[in-house]
Amino acid sequence: MKRSIQFVLNGKATKADCRPDMTVLEWLRGEALLRGTKEGCAEGDCGACSVLLMRRNVEQQGEWLPANSCILLMGQLEGTALMTVEGLAAEAEDGHAVQRQMAENGSSQCGFCTPGIAVSLAGLLQRKEQPNEAQIHDALAGNLCRCTGYRPIVEAAQSAANSAAQIPLPTPEGPAAEIGDTDCSFYLPGTLDELLSLLADHPEATLLAGGTDIVLDVAHARARWPKTILTRHVAELRKIEASATTLTFGGAVTWEEALPHLERHWPSFATLVRRFGSTQIRSMGTIAGNLGTASPIGDGAPALLVLGAYLILAGPSGEREMPLDEFFLDYRKSALDKGEIIRAICVPLPTPDLTFRVYKVSKRYDQDISTVCGAFALKVDGETIVNARVAYGGMAAIPKRCIKAEAALEGERLDGPSLTAAKKAIEEAFSPMSDMRGSATYRSLAAANLLERFALDIDGETVEVMAL
Amino acid sequence: MNKQQLPSDLQIQRQVVGKGYAHDSARRHVHGEAVYIDDMPDLPGTLHIAPILSPVANGELKGVDTGKAEAHPGVTCILLAGDIPGKNEAAPILRDEPFLVERHVEHVGQIVGAVVADTFAHALQAAALVSLDIEETEPCFDVEQAFERDSYTHPTQRLTSGDARAAIETAPRRFSGRIEMGGQDHFYLEGQIAYAIPGEGNDMLVWSSTQHPTEVQIHVALALGLKSHDVDVKVRRMGGAFGGKESQATIVAGIAALAAQKTGKPCRFRLRRGDDMAATGKRHGFVVNYEVGVDSRGRILGMQADALANSGHVADLSGPVVTRALTHFDNCYHLPAVDFTGFSAKTNTVSNTAFRGFGGPQGMLATEAIIDRVSRELGIDPNAMRAENYYGPNTGEVTPYDQLVEDNRIVDVVDRVLANANWNERRTQIDTFNRNNKVLKRGLAMLPVKFGISFNLPTLNQAGSLVHVYADGSVHLNHGGTEMGQGLYTKVAQVVAEVFGIPLEDIKISATATDKVPNTSATAASSGSDLNGAAAFRAADEIRTRMAAVAAERLGVSSTVVRFAQGMVTSGRDSISFGRLAKLCWEKRVSLSATGFYATPKIHWDSSTLKGRPFFYFTYGAAVSEVVIDTLTGENRCLRTDIVQDCGKPLNPTLDLGQIEGAFVQGMGWLTCEELWWDETGRLRTTGPSTYKIPGSRDVPPQFNVEILDDKPNCEETVFRSKAIGEPPLMLAISVWLALRDAVSSLSGGRLAANLDAPATPERVLMAVEEMKTQLAGTS
Repeated sequence: MKRSIQFVLNGKATKADCRPDMTVLEWLRGEALLRGTKEGCAEGDCGACSVLLMRRNVEQQGEWLPANSCILLMGQLEGTALMTVEGLAAEAEDGHAVQRQMAENGSSQCGFCTPGIAVSLAGLLQRKEQPNEAQIHDALAGNLCRCTGYRPIVEAAQSAANSAAQIPLPTPEGPAAEIGDTDCSFYLPGTLDELLSLLADHPEATLLAGGTDIVLDVAHARARWPKTILTRHVAELRKIEASATTLTFGGAVTWEEALPHLERHWPSFATLVRRFGSTQIRSMGTIAGNLGTASPIGDGAPALLVLGAYLILAGPSGEREMPLDEFFLDYRKSALDKGEIIRAICVPLPTPDLTFRVYKVSKRYDQDISTVCGAFALKVDGETIVNARVAYGGMAAIPKRCIKAEAALEGERLDGPSLTAAKKAIEEAFSPMSDMRGSATYRSLAAANLLERFALDIDGETVEVMAL
Repeated sequence: MNKQQLPSDLQIQRQVVGKGYAHDSARRHVHGEAVYIDDMPDLPGTLHIAPILSPVANGELKGVDTGKAEAHPGVTCILLAGDIPGKNEAAPILRDEPFLVERHVEHVGQIVGAVVADTFAHALQAAALVSLDIEETEPCFDVEQAFERDSYTHPTQRLTSGDARAAIETAPRRFSGRIEMGGQDHFYLEGQIAYAIPGEGNDMLVWSSTQHPTEVQIHVALALGLKSHDVDVKVRRMGGAFGGKESQATIVAGIAALAAQKTGKPCRFRLRRGDDMAATGKRHGFVVNYEVGVDSRGRILGMQADALANSGHVADLSGPVVTRALTHFDNCYHLPAVDFTGFSAKTNTVSNTAFRGFGGPQGMLATEAIIDRVSRELGIDPNAMRAENYYGPNTGEVTPYDQLVEDNRIVDVVDRVLANANWNERRTQIDTFNRNNKVLKRGLAMLPVKFGISFNLPTLNQAGSLVHVYADGSVHLNHGGTEMGQGLYTKVAQVVAEVFGIPLEDIKISATATDKVPNTSATAASSGSDLNGAAAFRAADEIRTRMAAVAAERLGVSSTVVRFAQGMVTSGRDSISFGRLAKLCWEKRVSLSATGFYATPKIHWDSSTLKGRPFFYFTYGAAVSEVVIDTLTGENRCLRTDIVQDCGKPLNPTLDLGQIEGAFVQGMGWLTCEELWWDETGRLRTTGPSTYKIPGSRDVPPQFNVEILDDKPNCEETVFRSKAIGEPPLMLAISVWLALRDAVSSLSGGRLAANLDAPATPERVLMAVEEMKTQLAGTS
């Protein structure tokens, strides 16, 4: 069996006969001889490789979203469409409006990041006709420029806003169920049953959601994946459903898809998620993937822990529910059994007595990994705390609640004595590591201080430098 | 015309020069059409290279097991030191740095060998299969430890003037202390790369992403056992360099050429980001121990400083970097008695190298930290202490290295920036804010900069060019400068277009090539347009003089009245198009090709005493920055920056603005979010953008006002009286770091200086806040 990868490339129906586990960047720059797309880092952080990928929502409507082609696999292109900087340049006389502005206003110096930046900004103008400055920064968070200082780039987005024509969406056929050959099989199941039976049949296969973490092995070291199962097209996993009490995200829902819902119910969580990777990363990366890798610094976990989220795990023997705080076992080790997946993430909707904040501390505001991420949720009766939840990322081998700090707060008012006791409990409960993101001393101090920030924040004090 | 004259002495109309043309490749950049070396199509048979890197910081290489790698599919050969037919020497100054390790491994990430294979993937996979037998010896990672052991890569340098010891000892107040600043990765977006193509006989063509094609040529020839004339090195553009491709590109190009010679096939060598950051040099981190003597008004009477530069494992450019640090301790201040010593400490980390500013920022930062501290302890305003020490406008004061400070613009830029920034009013607002806010504290600081322009070593201040006019009037331009994004090619083309009076688009810009212009200097030290612009001017002017004679004969006038403007050559009402005149010159057998050469005048330097006039002139600038810090987490942010920058009479104000903004943001990164972090084995753990954080778009001050000091032609005869701009504005970012210190000081009402080193990461800021709180608790 050999089935080539079919997709639309810069408006043209295209077949690629490469291995599905090859990165899109390697294919573009190699076989396709489209070398406008650059490799700057091969880890999805610099954005020089940015492309626009057509992503369909649950209703099958397409949308152009930026993605890092260095950590995108060819198999993920099956049944969709891709636009590169060359395609963008062919969109209009002398290029897309943002390209014309950038060429005129000093947005490029060395020019190496420039194609990726043009692509990201064109993607932004697809989604927002008149982006404000904050939205432009959100769109640029995944694109580094070392030469210009960014001012002209931001201005180019503003000037192009009125004149940018929408890039048409092609209508490629949907994905085949399987592509590749016996050396490299790439499965694209459409239903949960298909996914689970594939997992049962191929226990050695790599389970791929957005790939923003695990594809690094391919990008860095050209690792080979003989078998891959993609969750993206599984209809049941794409749903976002609200009941009276609970919001449920399917296991293939991306952060970008979740963002409007988070914004509605937990604005503080949405603020955090806008700093989560970049638009490129959030367009691909899923909530389930963020939890499933069981990383100590996954930014989704602390907030979901204090909000009382639970998971629905699906496997060969059916489904089971598990509170999130039982899911993380050890460094990069979760309670998932063999053949089991995260089918859904369920988050209790906020009640009027809930006060919730999540804060992230990192060296850079945008697109950085947390040194410490702290989340706090209180339920208050009058002035008395009846229920407290405190959780941290970056403080232990797993994202973790601080039960002692919670106990120090419950039954008390959030003021001097209880705060001092809870801060002390936090410093005692964790023995964080020292690494490139911060020393153990700093982590402990900052973690405890985040609780103090929380108290001042809900008291109305301005507590974050970005607020100025 | 007189060879010593430059265009400032011509009747210049500034039709092309002085205008804000876009970068010549801007349209190609945004369309993805600009070709970088990795974008050049593979010639048939092209092989790819992956490096074998040392996992050990210090030790003897006992053996290399290549068996498994050689058996890997697609592998052609594996290159080790023993395969080098010529000299295994890659160092720019001394002879201490090999292309490939012979015996002694000196840092984690050092290149031991290279796998050559049919695809990049095969080369990478095979490189991971090579095992190295290294007998480890105890490494040294710390500059102060190296200093105690007297372990250096380069001889120690000392700059003295007056009797510093006596001045300090008799001074009313004395202060001593220590300041530490980190290094910085260049993080050029295009990693190091070379593509070597063997030709007939000994010919070797090397496309190299280098700031210094001649150095690549010399070292490739040495390594291959050839002569320089056998090797052609070319570079059309780099995807960023910032000093990181001044000496470091040589290693990559050398290995590519060695592989090409050995295999007889074209060989491409591109370092992946992680390998690039592990194996190639960075900005030097420094520790400075100082002692100063001052009077009660803050006048510095004597200053003594030991500058310990982390040289890394070899000298590379550490010697001249230290020289520039020592010659920039003074910044804008007249220091009557100094004793500065600079040490190039040897550590088992990757060799540090050139990086925009080249030691200048480190020297200046130390002095500014001293002023920040001493002024607070004396109870005077830091800016008042600065003013007390400025070089006088025309007072005949000389620098510690004996150069007269001429055409002093310090007060011009400082007064202007303080006015633009509305300093007095904002100082009051910020103090009020700080009294009313528990968690957030703001800080404000002003910084003046004086930066010396020229390579310290006079020999390097020379440049050549080659200009052809074709018989259709189109012009081909070549010079020794390289294009790394700074817009040098555009500026030099503007100079040539101005001389010929033709539109800029009639000048064809061509790749820098050692077979067109020989024996060039690196495009570095901010000198690119000063040197190459002048050399190109001379070549163009030579041709123009010949053409003017032909035009004069045709028009029946004297050649002195012939004007070249707007594509026409005119005398009174008579005119002839530039293209027609070119044709006429050809018909009359007049040469339309010329080389140009320029050597910077007036400079001299004694490298044993560190005295002389190393700099043709100084460039000035000043900045005011406002920041806010979070005293609970140390998170911080720059809210506003105002800059006034001296550019002389700019060749291209738009490109200069790009240099000012870009350098400032890069400097801000060095002093805030960019932190190099090694683990206990000496392995750099910040080897990609996921762990090494350069500024993003949101980190740029939301209010960012840049003014180019208007109508201030260079007092020296530079090309069209312009000034260098590449490096000086980077140092303006020290204002951000000083503002962060001011914000921490605000906890004491500005009385106490913050103990804050660089980079001011959230962690360092928080620790400085905690220390300040402890100190205040102790004194109250």
